[in-house]
Amino acid sequence: MSDPEHLSETVTAALREAPAGEGGSARRMTLNMGPQHPSTHGVLRVMLELEGETIHTARLDIGFLHTGIEKEFEVKTWQQGVPLTDRVDYLACLSNNLCYALAIEKLLELEIPPKAQWMRVMLVELTRLNSHLVWLGTHALDVGAMSVFLYCMREREDILRIFEAFSGQRLMTSYIRIGGLALEPPRGWDQAVRRFIDAFPSKVDEYESLLTRNPIWLERTRGVAVVPVADLLDLGVTGPCIRAAGIGWDIRKSEPYSSYDKFDFEVPVAAEGDVYARYQVRVEEMRQSARIVKQALEGMPEGPWQADAPHVVLPDREKMKTQMEALIYHFKIVTEGFLVPQGEVYQTVESPRGELGYYVVSDGTARPFRVHMRTPSFGNLQGLPAMIEGRLLADTIAAMGSLDFVLGDVDR
Amino acid sequence: MNFFLLSLLKAAVVAGALLFTLAYLQWVERKVIAHIQIRMGPSRVGPHGLLQPVADIIKLLTKEDLIPPYVNKFFYMFAPFLAITLALTSIAVIPFGPEIEIFGVRTRMQLADLNIGVLFILGISSVGVYGIVLAGWSSNNKYALLGGLRSSAQMISYELPMALAIVAPLLLANTLSLGELVEKQGGAFLGVVPRWHVFQMPFPQVVSLIVFLIAGFAETNRIPFDLPEAENELVAGFHTEYSSMKFASFFMAEYANMITICSMATVLFLGGWQPLWPAALGSSYVPSLLFAGAAAVMIYHGLHPARPKDRYTLPAAGVVFLLIAGVFLLPPLRPFLIPVFWFASKTGFLLFVFIWVRGTLPRFRYDQLMRFAWGFLFPVAMLNLLATALVVALVSR
Repeated sequence: MSDPEHLSETVTAALREAPAGEGGSARRMTLNMGPQHPSTHGVLRVMLELEGETIHTARLDIGFLHTGIEKEFEVKTWQQGVPLTDRVDYLACLSNNLCYALAIEKLLELEIPPKAQWMRVMLVELTRLNSHLVWLGTHALDVGAMSVFLYCMREREDILRIFEAFSGQRLMTSYIRIGGLALEPPRGWDQAVRRFIDAFPSKVDEYESLLTRNPIWLERTRGVAVVPVADLLDLGVTGPCIRAAGIGWDIRKSEPYSSYDKFDFEVPVAAEGDVYARYQVRVEEMRQSARIVKQALEGMPEGPWQADAPHVVLPDREKMKTQMEALIYHFKIVTEGFLVPQGEVYQTVESPRGELGYYVVSDGTARPFRVHMRTPSFGNLQGLPAMIEGRLLADTIAAMGSLDFVLGDVDR
Repeated sequence: MNFFLLSLLKAAVVAGALLFTLAYLQWVERKVIAHIQIRMGPSRVGPHGLLQPVADIIKLLTKEDLIPPYVNKFFYMFAPFLAITLALTSIAVIPFGPEIEIFGVRTRMQLADLNIGVLFILGISSVGVYGIVLAGWSSNNKYALLGGLRSSAQMISYELPMALAIVAPLLLANTLSLGELVEKQGGAFLGVVPRWHVFQMPFPQVVSLIVFLIAGFAETNRIPFDLPEAENELVAGFHTEYSSMKFASFFMAEYANMITICSMATVLFLGGWQPLWPAALGSSYVPSLLFAGAAAVMIYHGLHPARPKDRYTLPAAGVVFLLIAGVFLLPPLRPFLIPVFWFASKTGFLLFVFIWVRGTLPRFRYDQLMRFAWGFLFPVAMLNLLATALVVALVSR
C-alpha cells in the first residue's frame, strides 16, 4: 500500500469505476481532504467521495512525510540510530527510544540495572501522558471545544519541562540509549516529577468536566466510527483503539518489558468501540499512567543508571582521565561504535498509540543490517475508511481524532 | 427638511456606535476567550491591546484583494456586499431609548420606528442567508459550497423556532413596533419585579427567551452551531476563498448579526431600556454608583500598586471613571444616558454569554443540528406559543 504509484493507480481506477448516482448524471463529489487541511493532523490526504455530506468511499493517500528513516539506520552506528527513532513518532519519542534500545539490548544480552529500568518506565509513562494530552486537546479542538486544547497544552508544558531537565531537549529527547540512559538524571528531578504528578489527576477531572457528560460531546462521539472487532483485528488496529472495542491487549501486561510486571496498574477496556469509548479509555489511561509514574517515583531503586558494559556504554568522564581502559573504550565507541552479535530480534512495546515493534537484523558489524518498524499509527490509520464510509463528513474529523495517528509514525 | 437632517444625524450616530461596537466586540471576544483559556489575548498594540481593532482594520485594508480566476465574479463580489449591508440594516429599527428632547426637537432614540419593526428584522435576517449561500456557490470551491449549503439549511431551519419564540411576547404586548414593545414593559409588579416579558406575569417568557437565544446562536453561525465555517471540517467554510476587506465584510456581518440578535433579545424579553427596578427606588443612580465603585477600586489599587506602572495608570483611569459617573448625574443628559446604559448593559451581558459559550462548548454535527431544530426546538417553541396564547386569551377575557 505504501507504494505511491500503485496507490494512485488503484485510486484513479476505483474512481473511474464508481458508478454515477442513481439520478442519471453524476451526483457524487470528490473532496480531497488534505494534505493541507486543519484536521488531518499532518500531511494525510483522504480522498472522499461525497453524496451530499455522506461519505460514499474514503481512500487514504499516505507517504507525504516519508523520510526514509528505515534506510537511514543502515548508515548509522547502533547508538546513532537512537535520534532517528525520535523522528518516527514525534509525540512519543521516548517510547520509540525504548523500543529500539530494548531490541539492541536483547541482541547484546545486556543486563540493565533496576534504576535505569524504573527510570525508563517513568519517562515512558510521562511520554504517554504527553501524547494523550496532545491527542485530547486536538481531538476536542476538532470537535469544536476550543478551550480544552489550551488546558491540555498547559499540562503538556510541564511534562516538556521535565523532559528538558532530563535530556536538554523538549521534543527529540533521545534520552533512552542502548545500555541505559543518556545522562545522569538531573538534580531535583524527583521534586519536579512529584509536583507535576500530584496535581495531574485533578487536571484530568477538569478536562472531564468539560467533555465527559457534555451532551454535544456525547452526540458527536457516541456510536460514531464503530467497526466490528474482527475487522479491526484484521486491519492491525492496536492500542487504545482496540481496547475501546473490548480487547484488553496491552503489551505492558502481555509481554512485560523493562520491569513493567513490578508495577500495579490496570488496563482500561471499553466495549462499545466508538469514538466515545476511545476517549474514555485514553482518559482512564492517563490516570493509570499517573499511577505508574507515582509508583516509579516512590519505589525508585538506587544504583547505577547505565549497564555495566564498557564496550557499549561511554565511560565516565573522570575515569577517562585516570584509566587507560576507559580511554580506549571511549575512543573505540566514538570512532567506530560497538559491534552487535549476528542475529535478528523483534521487540514490541506499548506506545501511546498501540503496539510499537522494532525488527532489527544485525550482521555482526557496527551498523544495523536492517531496522524495520511496526508502527501503531500505520495500523490504526487503516481502520479509518471502514469507520467513516456511509457516515457524515463531520464524523471523519471525530474518527481521525480518535485514532490519534501521527503522520511521521505512518510514513516514516 | 428638519426630519431629513435629524434622520441623517441619527443614522450617523447609530452607524458610528455600531461600527465602534463591532470593532471592540471582537477585541472583547478575544480577551474573554483568552482569559477562559488561560492566555493573555491581544496585549501588544496599545495598553491591553486596545488598539488591536485599529491594527486589524489597517491590516485587512492593506491586504491584497485576491480574486481567484475560477470564481463567478459578479456573485463573488456581490456576496460580501450583500452580507454586510443586510447585517447593518437591521439595527435601524432597534430602539435604544425612549422619546427624548434634544435642542427642542422631540425624537425617538431609534432610527426608524416602523410599526412592523419585528417583521422587518425577521425579513432582513432571512435575506441575509443569500450573502452566505452566494459566497459559497460563487467561490467555486467544494469546501465553500458545503459551507454555504449547510448555512442555508441551518438558517432556514432555525428561522422557524426563532419566529415562534418572537411571537409569544408579541401576544403579550399586542404590537409589532419595537418602541412600543419596550414601553409596554415599563413598570413593575408588586413594585419590585420589572414587567419585562421574561418576567411578565400571566405567562413569563423564559422558554421563549431561551429558544430565541439558541436560534440566535444558529442564525449568527456561532459555536455550537458554527457548521458553515467549521474550521476543522471545511477549512473556513463559505469564506474560504475570500481575502482582505471581502473577508472582513463577512466577519463584520457575523458580529453585526450578533449585536442585532442580542439587541432583539433585550428589546423583546428584557425590557429594552427599562431599568432593573423602578426609578422611584433609585435605579437611575446605578450607573453612577457602578462607575464610582470601579473608580474607587482603581484608585485603591493605584495607591497599593502590584506593578510599578499601576501607580500612574490606575489612578488616571479611576479619575476618568469618576468623571463618567459624574456625567450620569448631569440633569440635562440623564433622560438620554440612563436608558442607553440599561440597554447597553443588557445587550452587553447577552453578548458576553455568546462569547462564553464559544469558550466552552463543542460543535454539533449537521444532522444533529437539524434534528435539534425540528425535533426539539420547534415543538418547544410551538407549545410555548400555544400556552402563551391560551393564558393571554383567558386573562384578557
